[in-house]
Amino acid sequence: MRFDWGTFGDTEVQMMIWILLLPLIGFTIQIFVGNKLPRRGDWVPTAAIGGSLVLALSLFVRAIKMHKPDLLVHTAHPEGASVADTNGLAINWLTSASPDGNFVFAFLFDNITAVMLVVVTLVSFLVHVFSIGYMHGDKRYNRFFAHLGLFSFSMIGLVLSANFLFLLIFWELVGLCSYLLIGYYFEKESAANACKKAFLTCRVGDTLMLIGMLLIWKHTGTFDFVEIFDQVAKATAANGGAPPDWCLTAGILVFCGPIGKSAQFPLHIWLPDAMEGPTPVSALIHAATMVVAGVFLVARMFPYYMFVPDAMLVIALFGAVTAIFAATIGITQWDIKKVLAYSTVSQLGFMVAALGCGSLSAGFFHLMTHAWFKACLFLGSGSVIHGMHHHQDMRQMGGLRHKMPVTYWCMLLSTCAIAGVPLFSGFYSKDAIIAATLDPHAGFQGVAGWEQAGEGFLWSLPSLLIPIAALMTAFYMFRLIFLTFHGEPKSEHAEQAHESPWTMTLPLVVLGTLGVFGAAPWILDFDFMGHDIWFNHVVTNPTFDAAAGVIAYPAVVPEHHHSWLPVIISLIVAGSGILLAFSFYKWKRFSPEKAAKKWGSLYRWCFNKYYVDEFVLKVVVRPLVFTWNVWCAAFDKFVIDGLVNGVGRTGKQLADGSGWADKNIVDGFVNAMAFMTQIFGAIARIFQTGFLQHYLTVLAGGAAAGTAIFYFFL
Amino acid sequence: MIGCSTVALLEVAAAALHNTAPSEVGSPIPLHWYLVMSIVLFVFGLAIVLSRRNLIYILIGIELILNAGSLNFVAFGSYRSREALVDTTIVGTFIIVLAAAEATIALAIVLNVFGLFNTVRPEDPNLLRE
Repeated sequence: MRFDWGTFGDTEVQMMIWILLLPLIGFTIQIFVGNKLPRRGDWVPTAAIGGSLVLALSLFVRAIKMHKPDLLVHTAHPEGASVADTNGLAINWLTSASPDGNFVFAFLFDNITAVMLVVVTLVSFLVHVFSIGYMHGDKRYNRFFAHLGLFSFSMIGLVLSANFLFLLIFWELVGLCSYLLIGYYFEKESAANACKKAFLTCRVGDTLMLIGMLLIWKHTGTFDFVEIFDQVAKATAANGGAPPDWCLTAGILVFCGPIGKSAQFPLHIWLPDAMEGPTPVSALIHAATMVVAGVFLVARMFPYYMFVPDAMLVIALFGAVTAIFAATIGITQWDIKKVLAYSTVSQLGFMVAALGCGSLSAGFFHLMTHAWFKACLFLGSGSVIHGMHHHQDMRQMGGLRHKMPVTYWCMLLSTCAIAGVPLFSGFYSKDAIIAATLDPHAGFQGVAGWEQAGEGFLWSLPSLLIPIAALMTAFYMFRLIFLTFHGEPKSEHAEQAHESPWTMTLPLVVLGTLGVFGAAPWILDFDFMGHDIWFNHVVTNPTFDAAAGVIAYPAVVPEHHHSWLPVIISLIVAGSGILLAFSFYKWKRFSPEKAAKKWGSLYRWCFNKYYVDEFVLKVVVRPLVFTWNVWCAAFDKFVIDGLVNGVGRTGKQLADGSGWADKNIVDGFVNAMAFMTQIFGAIARIFQTGFLQHYLTVLAGGAAAGTAIFYFFL
Repeated sequence: MIGCSTVALLEVAAAALHNTAPSEVGSPIPLHWYLVMSIVLFVFGLAIVLSRRNLIYILIGIELILNAGSLNFVAFGSYRSREALVDTTIVGTFIIVLAAAEATIALAIVLNVFGLFNTVRPEDPNLLRE
């Protein structure tokens, strides 16, 4: 175990607990009494997430300053991840006689977590602040903030979990928050459908992930990440460098979760529809944090995946295909949020491809920089939509540059970052990704057959697709800027647009600054080529020490082998993409309409998102719904109706029996009583003649008889 | 029934004739002679009441029964003591008065019945019968 309590101790664990709990407390207060608080309580979750942000920044600074790639804090001892050991924080969630059944909630904190915590809390805090302006006057204002708070809590819990089981719980919680927030305007049918679609689509991936997770548990007997890695490493070493057979299946199944959550190719369909939610939600959940949970999971499981190069190949191909697939769609869209949504899908493909190509640092680096500039772009689009009185079509915009200068400049800087303009943060992360795709060996050192792992056509596919996707990224992002901010206003909404209040522009400025300087190697030592980015000091690829059977983290970062090839490629693709955008939309050298007409069928396929939604609707949803309806009808007819009819028939029979008893037993008894009375009456009537002399005769006879008896017998 | 009663009374009377006790007031007639007389009167009255279909005759029968009782009283009184004779005589007198009053009322009822129903048979007025 790589404990280092000397530098990371109980205080830090306490801080993690508070980072996790503060948003939960904010949520609890807000959901119950938020409506009665002044300002309807927006300050409660905002203050809570602000507190989390301060604590997370403090942890981040400590972790980064240590320059230790092998930093790892595990609050429950993984080997004795059982009842007794509770140093730090370990909550026994479920205990059983067998140690396999002991599920302990604990924190796992390493450099990935440190970075991720800052990303989540910072973006979340800025989105809270932005929402104060954006959601102003909304009738469910208080509930919106409550849900944001719940989301922050869930996401922080996901990042901190040391255990696959709890990661899954928080994973589903963020899915729930996504559902609630996409469907925030649930009166709109499109929003209600979108949230259902998001939830169900993610479930497909999550179910497969659960199966993979249980497969791992079946073979290792634990859900604890560190212990899973240790066991796989030991088994691989014992096996002569080849991982056990189940690792490939389980690895691919686990990756199905990220396919759903991070919107990779077949299951990406929910993310563009998720733009039905309020724009701050799109920025927080569907750009910067929740959708990268899948990437985070692959990063978290990286020491596992590095044993199974075939699973990594699957991951890389999914990422690369998604990157180019979504980029082609993004070029053709008109809705400003749809462009950004497809851009997000595409960028997530970049990250996944980088991880699949064996570079933990490149993928995760892009995750962080993407969070800054994509959150800024989404919040900027929110600001634009706010200024445009909730019109999202870019064909109605134009010329907003003078009316919304702060929004314009922040979005322009972020666009430069995402397009990969040198010196901006996106340049360095995209450069790292291109370098990773060109050399996919790096991640598998020590595993059997790793030398061959990076060879072949399939392994070289990402290095072809990713640069093309990067070119398209530069093109469609500048297309967005030109259509929205340049030229003449194309509608009266654009003419009347106004700059947003400071609560909305301040987060933009902060995120825009981070988008520019987030990687910032050149500020301190003029390292313009990114040889010595701080990020590479803290997040590095683990290696496998086959002799010892353990996963090794380089304690000191090796010299970064930097070749010129990826730099040149990324310069070329970024430059040509931007040039194309300029020639189409600024200098009007080419006409977009003519180009669209020239490649008519291709354009139509892209514009209609390759008909994936229609395909899913026809092949999956409709048959399922149809079959389900048939089943329901049959169930209704035979089971429900049968039940009702059975109840009716039984009731009738019971009533018949009851009626028979009423008629024959009860009435018979009553009639018998009456009959008896009649008989006795008839008998008694014989003596009641009405003739005085009869009575008197009986009286005299009686007296005589009485006297005679008295006289003769007594 | 009247026959049976008569036979029984005759037997009682025959038994009484053997029992001869002297009267306290010196009457030469023994007590049981009075008693037999009283029984005869009573039985005649009862027979009339039970057998006749005329209210007037029934009233006459009732008078006979009352007189039988009255005779009984006085006979017992005379064989008991002088004081008792006085008392029983008074009771006898009361009975006569009572019988007179009763006969008056009964005759009035009979007259009214006759006026209403034009009959003096006791079974004919049956308005209260169902």
